[in-house]
Amino acid sequence: MIQDILLPALIIGGLGLLFGLGLSYASKKFAVKVDERVDLVRAVLPGANCGACGETGCDAFAQAIVEGNCSALGCPVGGADMVKRISEILGIEVESEEPKTARVMCKGSIDVSKHKFDYSGIRDCTAVSKLYGGPFACAYGCAGMGDCARACPFDAIVIEDGLARIIEYKCTSCGKCLDVCPKNIIRLVPRRSEVTVTCSSLDKGGAVRKNCKVGCIGCRKCSKACPADAISYKGTLAEIDTGKCINCGKCIKVCPTNAINCFSCNSREKV
Amino acid sequence: MREIIVIIMGAILVENFVLSKFLGICPFLGISKKLGNAVGMSGAVVFVMTAASAVTWLINDLLLLKYNLDYLQTVAFILVIASLVQFVEIILKKFVPPLYKALGIYLPLITTNCAVLGAVLLNMEREYTFGRAVLFGFGGGLGFTLALILFAGIREKLENCNVPHAFRGLPISLIAAALVSVAFFGFQGLF
Repeated sequence: MIQDILLPALIIGGLGLLFGLGLSYASKKFAVKVDERVDLVRAVLPGANCGACGETGCDAFAQAIVEGNCSALGCPVGGADMVKRISEILGIEVESEEPKTARVMCKGSIDVSKHKFDYSGIRDCTAVSKLYGGPFACAYGCAGMGDCARACPFDAIVIEDGLARIIEYKCTSCGKCLDVCPKNIIRLVPRRSEVTVTCSSLDKGGAVRKNCKVGCIGCRKCSKACPADAISYKGTLAEIDTGKCINCGKCIKVCPTNAINCFSCNSREKV
Repeated sequence: MREIIVIIMGAILVENFVLSKFLGICPFLGISKKLGNAVGMSGAVVFVMTAASAVTWLINDLLLLKYNLDYLQTVAFILVIASLVQFVEIILKKFVPPLYKALGIYLPLITTNCAVLGAVLLNMEREYTFGRAVLFGFGGGLGFTLALILFAGIREKLENCNVPHAFRGLPISLIAAALVSVAFFGFQGLF
């Protein structure tokens, strides 16, 4: 009776012990030395595996940082805090970078921009742009079919009234939307600079005005109003030098077409 | 000689573990997205299945049958397979790191791969001799390889197809797997 219970238990237990000892011996004998800093760096990385750094994922990126093939700055998602912690782990200085955000340089939603024709094809920006530049009269404006929203790994882009809008607190400036936008109207700008010219049209002032109610017509009122001399012109399109801009908001007040807008001003006093 | 061929071809075509016994479906669907990974995974399964067949036969014959403990087969065999997989993992990590990386989560999954356990339990049920048991395990592994590689090829083609939205991803893969399985039923009655 006792043998019926004891023997099986001994045999199974003995087998388990044997395999366990064998495995622990093998794991010592065939141990692989891994740089412990790789694990430390990996723990600090965001872990979204978005691939914005150019590596296949956060594991590969951690490996590349430790081996010195990549800078921690290659990860646009983690921000300055992550860079600081990685430089502590590696014991090297990595100059920190200003936090950035993506912005759509267009305000031409359905109700303010003119249409050339009705479009009922594939809901895809690239496809739309291939068809006579899209249904919008302005050739430079947002196609509004949401290629960028689909490409965003962080759900930071929404399409409202045929216009892409970036939810800046979610944006990690990974730059995926920049790559897919066929109109090239999304740009990475420093988060600090709140005032932005939300127009990309290089058309002459009259043409812009005909096509869109909120386009930049190149009237130069803003550059005259700017106390910091931060506004220059690319043809008839105003451009704000984010290095010089002091976010005073004077250009926003004088702009006759509301083509200059303030981002993240809503939380503060309206300029 | 004829019997060797019958056992191996039978395990590959007639009794294919994935396509006619429906064992090991998880790695079959999980790792068949890329041909390279499929080959690596199949190699691991062939190795583990053959080795498990040999070790479990010895344990069954020397320990379990001797003391009339064949009711412990399942428990003992799971123990053997789990240890073997761990061992293969350690060896791969040391000597073939790229393969280890490519297999990732799927190598530990062989531990619970029912195809391996199915093979060794079938060995015992049919009371194969040692040689035949090892052959059957090897053949079963090859059958798994065939199914996985065939299916990886199909899935790589599926990637470029315009699949209706509702069927994208796993659903169309399952349908394709079912069709391949139906095709394999043509081998029934070959021997």
